Amino acid sequence: MKRRDTFKALLVGGIAGATIPLQGCRPELVEKTEEVIKPGNGYGRTPSEQLHDEKIKAEIFLNDKELNTIATLCDIILPATPTAGSATEAKVPEFIEFIIKDLPYHQLPMRGGLMWLNGESTKRYNKSFVDCSQQEQISIVDDIAYPDPQNKKPDMAPGRAFFERMRNLTMTGYYTTKIGIDDLGYVGNRANLWDGVPQEVLNKHGMAYPEEWMDKFVDHDTRDVVAEWDEMGNLIS
Amino acid sequence: MQIINAKKEYDAIIVGSGAGGGMAAFIMANSGMKIAVVEAGPFFDPKDPETMTQMKWPWESPRRGASTNRAFGDFDMSYGDWEVEGEPYTKQEGTEFLWWRSRMLGGRTNHWGRISLRFGPKDFKHKDVDGLGENWPISYDEVKPYYDRLDKMVGIFGTNEGLPNDPDGFFLPPPKPRLHELYYMKGAKKTGIPVIPARLSILTKRINKDRGICFYCGQCNRSCSAYADFSSGSCFIFPAQKSGQVDLYTNCMVKNVTTNNEGLATGVSYINKEDMMEYQMKSRAVVLGASACSSARILMNSKSTQHPNGLGNSSDHVGRYLHDSTGAGLTAFVPDLMDRKVYNEDGVGGLHVYSPWWGDNKKLDFPRGYHIEMWGGLGMPAYGFGMGVEGLNEHIGGMVGGYGDKLRKDAKRFFGSTIGMAGRGESVAQFENRCTIDSETVDKFGIPVLKFDYKWTDYERLQAKHMTDTFEEIAHNMGGKVLGTKPGKEKDYGLLAPGQIIHEVGTTRMGDDPATSVTNKWQQLHDAKNVYVVDAGPFTSQADKNCTWTIMALSMRASEHLVEQFKKKEL
Repeated sequence: MKRRDTFKALLVGGIAGATIPLQGCRPELVEKTEEVIKPGNGYGRTPSEQLHDEKIKAEIFLNDKELNTIATLCDIILPATPTAGSATEAKVPEFIEFIIKDLPYHQLPMRGGLMWLNGESTKRYNKSFVDCSQQEQISIVDDIAYPDPQNKKPDMAPGRAFFERMRNLTMTGYYTTKIGIDDLGYVGNRANLWDGVPQEVLNKHGMAYPEEWMDKFVDHDTRDVVAEWDEMGNLIS
Repeated sequence: MQIINAKKEYDAIIVGSGAGGGMAAFIMANSGMKIAVVEAGPFFDPKDPETMTQMKWPWESPRRGASTNRAFGDFDMSYGDWEVEGEPYTKQEGTEFLWWRSRMLGGRTNHWGRISLRFGPKDFKHKDVDGLGENWPISYDEVKPYYDRLDKMVGIFGTNEGLPNDPDGFFLPPPKPRLHELYYMKGAKKTGIPVIPARLSILTKRINKDRGICFYCGQCNRSCSAYADFSSGSCFIFPAQKSGQVDLYTNCMVKNVTTNNEGLATGVSYINKEDMMEYQMKSRAVVLGASACSSARILMNSKSTQHPNGLGNSSDHVGRYLHDSTGAGLTAFVPDLMDRKVYNEDGVGGLHVYSPWWGDNKKLDFPRGYHIEMWGGLGMPAYGFGMGVEGLNEHIGGMVGGYGDKLRKDAKRFFGSTIGMAGRGESVAQFENRCTIDSETVDKFGIPVLKFDYKWTDYERLQAKHMTDTFEEIAHNMGGKVLGTKPGKEKDYGLLAPGQIIHEVGTTRMGDDPATSVTNKWQQLHDAKNVYVVDAGPFTSQADKNCTWTIMALSMRASEHLVEQFKKKEL
């Protein structure tokens, strides 16, 4: 990172808090701030994190052929259902494209794994994996998608390691999108008033709140009343 | 390089804006003192939309919150972690220590777990109990009034339980436990381990007009934009600024304390990160709240004719007795928690119940105790979610591996079915465990860095063994299966490396004897009465509690002592 860029970015990031005199700051740097990308980058980034994101996005690691193969695998791993979109609809390949640049330890096993996969499809069908029929693709995937504790197919071990990585990245990429979270049913990340586990759920699990605790829990009706205590520390408001 | 003299002179300069420095700023500003707060990181306000991560969705991060840039993930509100760019530290060969630093206004308080546990009577005098370590020069009764005021000033939920070493306080009402916490309660009860409502500094009820009330997003580690959790910026620094008595210097890295011919402090010298120039600023008193190790570093780097071994270091005790909490954990899969009905159980940002230490060390093979924290539930997915989920089938006779609709079903079936347990315990402070100055290495500001020399003893290893044995038993009591292999002796029974729990204390310990301590019981340097230390450095011992609540109670006490001395013209 160039030092000048750091300065520019620092100044932008600091503007919201600039009620304080910046001691010794140089005015010629302030003038250059408008060149910088949107502050926070939409998710609260610091200037150096913004620059990191821009740098990663500008890099190219996977080529189109590799990305095509990844997309094919993604939709084998998580195809669409009547109610939820597929992995490619959730833009999982785009996530994988980014994350393996961001976490470079994925790069070699990913590239090598894709090569292995194409080597295997060529051996079996004399075609690259994406050019195989769906049936042919599945026959390979079935050989690498499950553990093999008895080591019946030792030649498939590299494929299994690769598929596990692909499955992990696809799962995490999918369930961290809106499509995936809606399918999962996660309903949080919004303002609410937590008032305990729903009664039907307590019943199903044979659980109950301890009777002696019931008076101590939050009473949301009085949450806006300023707290007061007696001398013994008993809440009286 | 030319050193620039700042024109302004202050009554006190406070170094650091976290729990200790923030409290000191609040007390001193409101007493009418003119103060400067010098923070090494940038300005930060939890409600600034540009820096805010609260209520963001995982897809708003291209890495879905992975920990590439921040050790606890993209949405965690700490600028800096165990590594800070351009600010290295070194280690004695064969030893280990991980040093967390948050470079921002409010410091680590922006992201911490808000677990706010008072030390108890035994914690201040533990040598009397087991003959180990050293007693504090103060007792619980002396600190109690400050804890009481702190509870009301900052806000904390919990319950009065009448426990002998986990004192009662002035609590806001606690939230109801979540489902996995009810499972934990059931499992712990079977083993005879007590469980009580958690004690967290989160506002479940209004305490004043300046701060909001919790809306249960479960994201306190992202720092609350409604100021409903305790962060030093929103609770101390901003209110202190309203007095008009505070000048805030952000992005200014303090290098050393300057002293005069009498050996008293005259101010500080700092590097302004904006222009990389060195400045000197004068004051009648200096208050160090830079964090235990940073304050020790500043003192050791403040050498002068009067203080040849560093300021406050005539006893050679600065940096010694460094100790972190112990930590070990275990994760369990609970089949009864499969196929859950989904509902919003984000709750508060942290646990709703916990287990305070229950054991009798006379019957155990290690000294000191630990408390148990737990996690689980239907949380918001982030990077890592769903990885290896199909592997849980191994425990229920299902099919491991696979793809397609089967895999999608696995993601839903196993959502919220794992529970983690973690112990946070007390280590015994050791003379040999320390940080010193590595005279051969400097950071990017040209300041000599810290070198750590820290080894656990069998006290901590055996405590960690007890932790994981206990968690295994609780897991079984819940009908759960422990995930992974329980770590054995070769892995120190899962004991985490020192510094990993981020509760480092003890580097400027307080005591009555200047030969074996750095500060007196008012946290004043024995060697220079106008220098106070208000972070966790003065802790004579850690307890089986997290340290923040005690940092703040003691900072309030020390700051009021300073104000009194200042008004009496003793400083």
